[in-house]
Amino acid sequence: MKGDEQVIRAVNAAEVAPTTYAWEIRAEGLRVKAGRRMAVDGVDLSLGAGVHGLLGPNGAGKTTLIRALATVLRPAGGELELLGASVGGRTEQRRLRRQIGYLPQDFGFYKRFTVREFIEYMAWLKEVSKKDIPAAVQRAIERIGLADRADDRMKTLSGGMIRRAGIAQAIVNDPRILLLDEPAAGLDPAQRLRFRELLRELGSDTCVVVSTHLVEDVAMACTDVMLIDEGKPVFRGTPSELEAAGGAGDAGDSPIERGYTALLARHQPDRGSR
Amino acid sequence: MSETHASAQLIGRYVGGDTGIPGDELWALEAHLENCPICRGRLAEVVGEQTPDVTSMLSGIWSELEPLAVSAPEPVRRRRWVATWASPTLVPWLGMTALVMGLALLVDWADTTAGRPSLVQLLAPVAPLLGVAVSWARGLDPAYELTSATPRAGLYLVLRRTIAVLVVVIPLLLLVGWAAETSVALSLLPCLAFTSATLALGGVIGVSRAAIVLASAWVVLVVGPVLAGSMIPLVLDPAGLPLWGAAFVLGVVTVVARSEAYTRLGSHR
Repeated sequence: MKGDEQVIRAVNAAEVAPTTYAWEIRAEGLRVKAGRRMAVDGVDLSLGAGVHGLLGPNGAGKTTLIRALATVLRPAGGELELLGASVGGRTEQRRLRRQIGYLPQDFGFYKRFTVREFIEYMAWLKEVSKKDIPAAVQRAIERIGLADRADDRMKTLSGGMIRRAGIAQAIVNDPRILLLDEPAAGLDPAQRLRFRELLRELGSDTCVVVSTHLVEDVAMACTDVMLIDEGKPVFRGTPSELEAAGGAGDAGDSPIERGYTALLARHQPDRGSR
Repeated sequence: MSETHASAQLIGRYVGGDTGIPGDELWALEAHLENCPICRGRLAEVVGEQTPDVTSMLSGIWSELEPLAVSAPEPVRRRRWVATWASPTLVPWLGMTALVMGLALLVDWADTTAGRPSLVQLLAPVAPLLGVAVSWARGLDPAYELTSATPRAGLYLVLRRTIAVLVVVIPLLLLVGWAAETSVALSLLPCLAFTSATLALGGVIGVSRAAIVLASAWVVLVVGPVLAGSMIPLVLDPAGLPLWGAAFVLGVVTVVARSEAYTRLGSHR
């Protein structure tokens, strides 16, 4: 798009087609195993566009739940529907995965690839059409603020930058469902602010599920919160409802932390005030 | 996209803002423009000719924006197509395979005891296993979880990466086999059979585990006894070729039937 060449683009029918489902993610009584343990046991979800925080202590089943939503773990029971399609069919799954962006908790990368090569490779794996790859990659890199390091090798990046490259590969295919497992780990405060902004922006038309144990992140960026413990849902509501759940007597430094500990203590009375 | 296109005259009137175009025609034209890149191209040309003020405004905006853009998208480099076939971590492992086969060849050349089976022939069946294991392995492929969640993951990608391994390993076996003067069929068919068996078993217990199990079984049950007793069992005799063929077909059928297993995390062990 340079010089005297003009581009006129029309919105095509597929872009304005109405959705045929009520919720991007819908689950009923979802049960997922991690190894032999039932890590997610009876979770109900109905998530639409917006940023949904997934909270819980370590080992609560957050990662297993996100993996099931990313269709890499097969549910052991219950129902799971993504974008209106039941998860399980083979061809259906391929079509579905094109519309999912996924950032695993500890994601590996090829050290010798540059940031651009890495995201290009992920775009190819996600079946982004060949002619769209360079532009889509550039857009993802710019959105996440890595444009100045795009042609540096991955092994020269700091932890926070690698995390950002991971977020860039998750959004490179313009997903309708974006699953981020601990995305804010390793980001410095300024980057975290910028990341929350990006989350809000993405959440305007995408169903974003963010698992985190940083309670403050949830309050700032999420439209609603789900708290799970030992694979079972404990609480579902808005961040302000989470704040309201805690009283002055509960452990924590901020209202939302007090709400978090109060709800967990109520669910597991024997654990006391952890 | 229909074969008929909007006439240049109609497009000209449309760009000129002609209010005399009947509503149905206008509607049809706009619906057509949405889906027809050729007519949009012509529309862009006409805009350039008829409305210089729009064109000059657009080019003004472009010239203002261009210095602000950080960098233009780079063209796709040629190196990419290799990455779409071979696993990005494959090269060192293929080098190691070549090294092992080269050493086996040296041993064969050095040791000329009559009746001793060729070491090249003994190792040929398991030669591709290292490469196959690397192609779909949790421990050896750092991006395994990212990869297995993508639409291309699954049988398609597993086969693509396996073919990339075989494209290198088979010529290597042919070359080494020719130099060691062994039977070509007795090197290649077992090699293909072991590859398909690894993938088939890999669908159940994970590809790299399957490669370890099969390679150790081969070493313990065949290579060891042969080197110790210097007798050639059926598996290394031309009479055993149909068995190898059957094993290859069985492996392929199993892999195709269980193709869904490769899209889950379990096959990545």
